[in-house]
Amino acid sequence: MDFDYSVEQNLLRDTLASYLADHYDFETRRAAVAAPAGWRPKVWVDLAERLNLLGAPFPEELGGLGGGAVENGIVMEELGKALVVEPYLGTVVIGGGLLKQAGGALAAQWLPRVIAGDVVLAFAGAERQVRYDLGQVATTATLRDGGYVLDGRKAGVTGGPWASHLLVTARSGAGLSLLLVDAQAQGLTRSDYPTIDGGRASDLVFEQVLVPADRLLGAEGGALPLVERVADEAVCALCAEAVGAMRRMLAETVIYASQRKQFGAPLASFQVLQHRMADMYTALEQSAALTLVATMKLDRPAAERALAASAAKAQVDKAAKFVGESAVQIHGGMGITEELSLGHYFRRCTAIAAQFGNADFHLRRYADLSLAAA
Amino acid sequence: MNLDYTPDELAFRDEVRAWIKQAYDAELKQLMSQSKNGYLDKAGQVKWQKKLAAKGWAAPGWPVQYGGPDWTPTQRYIFQSETAAAGCPIVSPMGIAMVAYVIMEYGSEVQKQRFLPKILNTDECWCQGYSEPGSGSDLASLQMSAVRDGDHYVLNGSKIWTTHAQWADWIFCLVRTNREAKAQSGITFLLADMRTPGISIRPLPSLDGPIDGEQEVNQLFFENVRVPVENRIGEEGLGWTYAKYLLQFERGTAYGSLLRYLLAKIRRIAREQPANGGGLLIDDPDFRRRYAELAVRVEAVDAAELRFFSSVESGTAIGAMSSMFKLVGTELQQALSEFAVEALGPDALPFVQDSFAEVRGRAPPVRPVPDHAAAVTPLYFNYRKTSIYAGTNEIQRNLLARHVLSAAGVRG
Repeated sequence: MDFDYSVEQNLLRDTLASYLADHYDFETRRAAVAAPAGWRPKVWVDLAERLNLLGAPFPEELGGLGGGAVENGIVMEELGKALVVEPYLGTVVIGGGLLKQAGGALAAQWLPRVIAGDVVLAFAGAERQVRYDLGQVATTATLRDGGYVLDGRKAGVTGGPWASHLLVTARSGAGLSLLLVDAQAQGLTRSDYPTIDGGRASDLVFEQVLVPADRLLGAEGGALPLVERVADEAVCALCAEAVGAMRRMLAETVIYASQRKQFGAPLASFQVLQHRMADMYTALEQSAALTLVATMKLDRPAAERALAASAAKAQVDKAAKFVGESAVQIHGGMGITEELSLGHYFRRCTAIAAQFGNADFHLRRYADLSLAAA
Repeated sequence: MNLDYTPDELAFRDEVRAWIKQAYDAELKQLMSQSKNGYLDKAGQVKWQKKLAAKGWAAPGWPVQYGGPDWTPTQRYIFQSETAAAGCPIVSPMGIAMVAYVIMEYGSEVQKQRFLPKILNTDECWCQGYSEPGSGSDLASLQMSAVRDGDHYVLNGSKIWTTHAQWADWIFCLVRTNREAKAQSGITFLLADMRTPGISIRPLPSLDGPIDGEQEVNQLFFENVRVPVENRIGEEGLGWTYAKYLLQFERGTAYGSLLRYLLAKIRRIAREQPANGGGLLIDDPDFRRRYAELAVRVEAVDAAELRFFSSVESGTAIGAMSSMFKLVGTELQQALSEFAVEALGPDALPFVQDSFAEVRGRAPPVRPVPDHAAAVTPLYFNYRKTSIYAGTNEIQRNLLARHVLSAAGVRG
């Protein structure tokens, strides 16, 4: 048992943190998310080429750095601290994760392109008529002339406007299939919109979209276990990002409370606020530890993996809400303005809480897994 | 970074499990199932602790030279987890986990040889004389006086919340030897034989409803109690330093496994209790939701403790973490005991005062409710103590806030 990061892992964290400190200050980020594009492709090129970061969780024989889920967590926590909008989650954690789990020729061909920063991926799994159940899909993939024909609608595709390729779930044959689809494919209509955290998302309509048969990930009709596994990887990555955001919110609150004076004394001298900050710290430290545990359990058998991921998401969502709301409260009126970065962390955490299963979803999944028949 | 035990650690875990299987016998189990506070009666407690001592496992934290088992932090964690998961009794901390450390660090060679072996083997039981009627969280305000008279100190005053004083052979006390000095520097650390004339015990039956002689806490009165100077630890006036040193051991529990054991108890209750509208409680959506919320909090404590044990092993542990564990651990002990009572519904009402009666061959009480309901409600009342003892949870939040507001807490 060992919770210490290796030398390489610490180096990864430091390299990314130092790049973000130089190139991702709050004002620059704010201007970028307000601009029409909503992101900075230059940052993506830097992450790929200058930092060689997009290969962090992939095997060395495919050009990766030989890491795994822990590396994803390190990256996501740092991205969370800087409120990075560029799509590491969609491209590397989910897209790359699905390719890595599917393996075969598709992975050999596409992972090097992910690592090089040549492609940007987005996961199109959700649909308007379901909440969080990734297995409930109405979109269909029909086999015709040696390829698939996609028909249906996808909703809330994070990073959709920036994606060169989409990973689309669809019903085919007996079950769920997963296809890699060109974002420019004929018959695909995209409607883009901003999200509350400064990001961008798309709703998609597929009308007779043709997808070559060799763009199928995993077995036809057998993609659900693959999708569920990578969804748990995404959950852990989002938890790590929220931990990064919580660290910043607590740190800014401590600084503010130490400097701001009322009734002739710093806010930090009032016991009622001290106790609130102690509780914020407690919520954060437990979230960080549970995220690490869930991350390290991603390779365990499915039920154990899912139990840990659901525990982490339920804990982190609750903690991030508490830390965010408390940080805003302790900042007083300043906490509710767009001027401070604080509120933007709070918004990001609120968005995280609504992705890949909210606390209610994960508490129910946790109950079902842990209260199964004795 | 990994969660796996090494082959040696796995072998150790198996050894602990095998030992528990034969040492934690039917009598001890039966007592424990009826325990209102996690302890057995004195005979059961001594029996359990002597079994641990015979195996060399009574004092996991002690250095080898005094009879400790020389475990790594991970081995200690495994041992605590396994004993808690099996529902074993807690080891009475006052001797082994408290005064012993002060004797080792500040006691004389004579004191070490006189006391430590008997503590290790539970040949002598100890109690703690810290709190007073006028000094709770503000311990340094304590007033019990010790006046030097030749080779003795003469003690007058009162101590309170003294756990199992009626079983104790010895007490370690904080006493005031100087009223001129500022509060902390007038305090001295003394060891007193409980048979010394002038010590009297007033039982304070707590809300869990103990029978006479089984009460957990007491008030002690000291009337011209003569304690030999040779029973003083270290120097006169440095008692506060020694007491602070001891505090770090008082807060060293692993809560995760104990909490998991309480969750298992709740699952057992829910599998047997009926739900409103028919069926079993375990299938009731409200129960399941509350269970999941509490269980996730337990997972979070457990994860943080695992990480903490790992950081102790690598020498990067943060001291303030012990305040965090005391806080969240005891809050969950209370929340789970409360949930267990609610899960029992109407079966929470019947009260059995002499809960050890059958095991000890006394007249059996009327038991109208099933076994899984035994002692659940008394334990809920008893656990109110957990947020009060060892530094109230409000004090722990003060300590944590001090850490958070320091530079160390602001690491982005």
